[in-house]
Amino acid sequence: MGRREKLAIAGQSENFLYKISTTLTAQIGVSHLSLFLIAALPFLGAVFPALLIRAGRNAAASAAGLTSFLALAGLLIHIPSVMRGDVVTARFDWIPGLGLNANFMLDGLGFLFALLILGIGLLIILYARFYLSREDPMGQFYTYLLLFQGAMVGIVLSDNVLLLLIFWELTSLSSFLLIGYWKHLPEGRQGARMALAVTGSGGLAMIAGMLILGNIVGSYDLSVILQHKELIQASPYYMPALILILLGCFTKSAQFPFHFWLPHAMAAPTPVSAYLHSATMVKAGLFLMARMWPVLAGTDAWFYIVATTGLVTMLIGACIALFKDDLKALLAFSTVSHLGLVTMLLGFGTKIAAVAAIFHIINHATFKAALFMTAGIIDHETGTRDIKRLGGLRHLMPITFTIGTLAALSMAGLPPLNGFLSKEMMLEETVHTTWLHSHYLVPGLALLAALFSAAYSFRFVGHVFLGPQRSDYPAHPHDPPVGLWLAPAFLVVLVVLIGLYSNAIVGPLVAVVSSAVIGGEKLPYYSLKLWHGFTPALYMSAVATLGGLFLLSMHRKGEQLWNALPRPEAKTIFDAVIGALTAISRRVTDTLHNGVISRYAIIMITFTVGLGYYAYSTGTIGPQTRDPLPPQIIPVIGWICLIGATLAIMWFHRNRLLSLVLIGVVGLIVSMAFNYLSAPDLALTQISVEVVTMILLLLSLNFLPTDTPWDSSAVRRWRDAAISVVAGIGSGALVYALMLRDFAFPTISDFHLANSYKGGGGTNVVNVILVDFRGFDTFGEIIVLGIAALIIFALTESVLATNVRGYLLNRKPHWPQSGDSHPLMMVVVTRMMMPIALMVGAYIFFRGHNQPGGGFIAGLIVAIAYLMQYMASGYTWAIERQRFYYHGTIGWGVLIAAATGLGAWFNERPFLTSDFGYINWPPLEEFEWATAMLFDTGVFLAVLGAVMLALDSLSRFAWQPGMAQEFPMDINPLRDDPPEDEEPQKEQV
Amino acid sequence: MEVLVASAVGVLTAAGIFLILRRRTFPVILGLSLLTYAVNVFLFATGRLALNAPAVLNKYKDVPYTDPLPQALVLTAIVISFGMTAVIVMIALSAYLSSKDDHIDMTAQDSVDAPGEDA
Repeated sequence: MGRREKLAIAGQSENFLYKISTTLTAQIGVSHLSLFLIAALPFLGAVFPALLIRAGRNAAASAAGLTSFLALAGLLIHIPSVMRGDVVTARFDWIPGLGLNANFMLDGLGFLFALLILGIGLLIILYARFYLSREDPMGQFYTYLLLFQGAMVGIVLSDNVLLLLIFWELTSLSSFLLIGYWKHLPEGRQGARMALAVTGSGGLAMIAGMLILGNIVGSYDLSVILQHKELIQASPYYMPALILILLGCFTKSAQFPFHFWLPHAMAAPTPVSAYLHSATMVKAGLFLMARMWPVLAGTDAWFYIVATTGLVTMLIGACIALFKDDLKALLAFSTVSHLGLVTMLLGFGTKIAAVAAIFHIINHATFKAALFMTAGIIDHETGTRDIKRLGGLRHLMPITFTIGTLAALSMAGLPPLNGFLSKEMMLEETVHTTWLHSHYLVPGLALLAALFSAAYSFRFVGHVFLGPQRSDYPAHPHDPPVGLWLAPAFLVVLVVLIGLYSNAIVGPLVAVVSSAVIGGEKLPYYSLKLWHGFTPALYMSAVATLGGLFLLSMHRKGEQLWNALPRPEAKTIFDAVIGALTAISRRVTDTLHNGVISRYAIIMITFTVGLGYYAYSTGTIGPQTRDPLPPQIIPVIGWICLIGATLAIMWFHRNRLLSLVLIGVVGLIVSMAFNYLSAPDLALTQISVEVVTMILLLLSLNFLPTDTPWDSSAVRRWRDAAISVVAGIGSGALVYALMLRDFAFPTISDFHLANSYKGGGGTNVVNVILVDFRGFDTFGEIIVLGIAALIIFALTESVLATNVRGYLLNRKPHWPQSGDSHPLMMVVVTRMMMPIALMVGAYIFFRGHNQPGGGFIAGLIVAIAYLMQYMASGYTWAIERQRFYYHGTIGWGVLIAAATGLGAWFNERPFLTSDFGYINWPPLEEFEWATAMLFDTGVFLAVLGAVMLALDSLSRFAWQPGMAQEFPMDINPLRDDPPEDEEPQKEQV
Repeated sequence: MEVLVASAVGVLTAAGIFLILRRRTFPVILGLSLLTYAVNVFLFATGRLALNAPAVLNKYKDVPYTDPLPQALVLTAIVISFGMTAVIVMIALSAYLSSKDDHIDMTAQDSVDAPGEDA
């Protein structure tokens, strides 16, 4: 696996890729990019069918087909190097520290699977175009299909197990969408849910297994993991990792006892069944077992778990398939059986068995996809898939008959078709396998399975196509248009050609893939040919074929016996398990989450206090290293005010207005304390936030009850008081201990102080931290603030759309309203203050980089200036003069901040690195200009918009008809004789 | 001075938590406000206290500076807490206007005592 090679770009067709790649980054070479592109193309292309469906079904199908074709072409470019046995890689380190890398690799195994996924995908896209009816949303179908295709390609090309896991889960999700595509069918929805539950939970187990594996090796890169066989197999965690990974593989590949989801997933449209359940998704589990074969296989545990599971699955699947009357169910169980066959071969752990497994994967994909499509055609043309209602179709549908028969005979394992070759190899391997000292168990059971397999294959031919022609088909059967039979015909041609000329067609491929599976070691001797002489496998084949024919002739009696047998119904068990799990989780949730918020708060607070006490009682507390500052008289006065106000809130908290006033006192003291303790920026912010918060709470109190009634018992109040006092003592003591000790570790603040001017160009270190050093945090914070404001707006909208609006319109205020709600003096003063307040805002904004101030504070100050207008002149008056929506202000703020951050990229610096310089315009003094100022503008706008949108929304609750005055002031001395040129503005809402 | 700050944090925390444990929306909002003050002052105090040493660089002479980092964190915390208060107020208000009930708990029988028991 060590050999890697970068491919040189060949041909003009990929020139544009070259340009893109060099523009993006010089490190990603072209061959790298094309691997990325192969995996990314289906995802990118998934957009188009959904959009193009408006242009018609052909457009959507062509877009999907073109996408697959391009990805396939990108894959085929790599044929020369893959056939040489090289491994093409593409690395993109994302978070190397966590092992999270978007690494892709393409070796023989990945190539084979990618070829199957993209090649059969292309055929399915063609087939589905003619299969789906006019009523089916075809754009959706192709979008889902491409998403699935991308996820599958991602799995087989991933060189990083974490990346692989993501794609793995994506296949579960996208196959859920595909299986449930016919949303109107309950079976479709149930089948999709079941598939998701089974494969999804298997995927979860696999995540754990892969993480263990990564931990053992110390790398999450597959190519590294694959080189540490001894290390992994010697580890005590080998067994858990093996079992967890196999759980993922077995659920995905429908191995017993997880096989039951696959037949239920047959509720999907036939193209989906043909694609997911024959060629691709169910093979993902096989792929992973093959991928992990070099490091996981070869132990007894591997043999007994994998080979036994495979053998049991093969037998059970084949047996059930014989007694299914639904064509797709028959094929589904046959798929289960064949997946079991490949699993068993991989489980043997010998190199030659691995070769046989690979060969059978190829053969199975060709004949099974063709068979599914044939079943789809029969369903499409006759109107039924029930074998009991079919028969005698060979003259009515000669083309379908030919295709179906050849594929089915290959499935039965008849020469000279490709199914015969790999089945021979399989039987040959079983002969050399002993299971718990028994030489006969494995070959015997395998022979039995092969016999059943031959029987159901013959049944597919005999009971559908042969026999007398009937007169009671639901529709008039005839061969479908060429679009429908072309894809399966192509596959059947492959079936025949691989059978006849196996060495020439797939010989090199099998060799390359097999050597990739067995970890690059020397391939064992094998030959892909029809005639090996009189070997045990040949006799077994003959027995299976004849036995199959005999079994089919006894089918009626066998069926009676089968129906008389008691069988566990997987769906019933599954539903019962899911139902029990739901009931348990509901009970747990309801117990823990009973809607009593104060209970959650108590649990959280006592837990936190307990945690603090635990830390205090078990840890050590260092000696005091700082001298306390001497208390002075002014802080003591402030302290008395604060404690007094807080205690008064406790005492008077039932009087809501009073406690609001007291909260204001607390906020004022806190901002003064910030100022006193060398934090002028905080003081400015706190005091302006205080103003808007008070306005907000006062506005809300307008609608809420004015008093809080007593509704807790004395016991409860004392309990709450005790909890609060303990928590208070704890936090106070903690911060006291903290303040009297120096930092335990060197702080990064010194870096900020040292680099604020040099690197950020500002002397106000707090502001430079906000807009530069930690600009990304600030960027996130303004987004959060904007979202909060939008939530408020949305809540207002939705509440006002209900009958609450009627209540609000007819609401009587708590208190008698002033007759002069817009007093003359206040109106005049606020209007005069407006420009001054804006000027203060501008001043605070511009000095922010070097002196206390900045975008946050300026935004709040300007918001307060606006709010003064709202308060003095009324909401209606103010909103009429407000020409910009506050939503837009928020949006522009975030956009400007983002654009400034992106600007750093053009300077070849990381996101949000600020730049600054000095400008000299003659009449002015030399002044500094920093891009941080632009960023701060964004902050300013976002804060302004958010505050205004929040309060504006709340104010809308208060609106009542007749509130708006015709005149700007309630009492105006000029009103009796308005001058001509000062037309009072009519207020409208 | 440290005693004053620490005791103020303690009292604000205790008062905030007591109000958060009330059963109507408005006291809970008040409690959250008080707790916000306590938390912000706590965070601020992790930079240790300093008088007359704002983190505004003096180009002309070497002077001590206070720790700017907690200040920057608290500054955004103050603004964000406004956003949080506003959202909670709006939720409380919408709930009250829609149901004419300002209890915070969904069900009465699950709590320790029934409403109005000792009114």
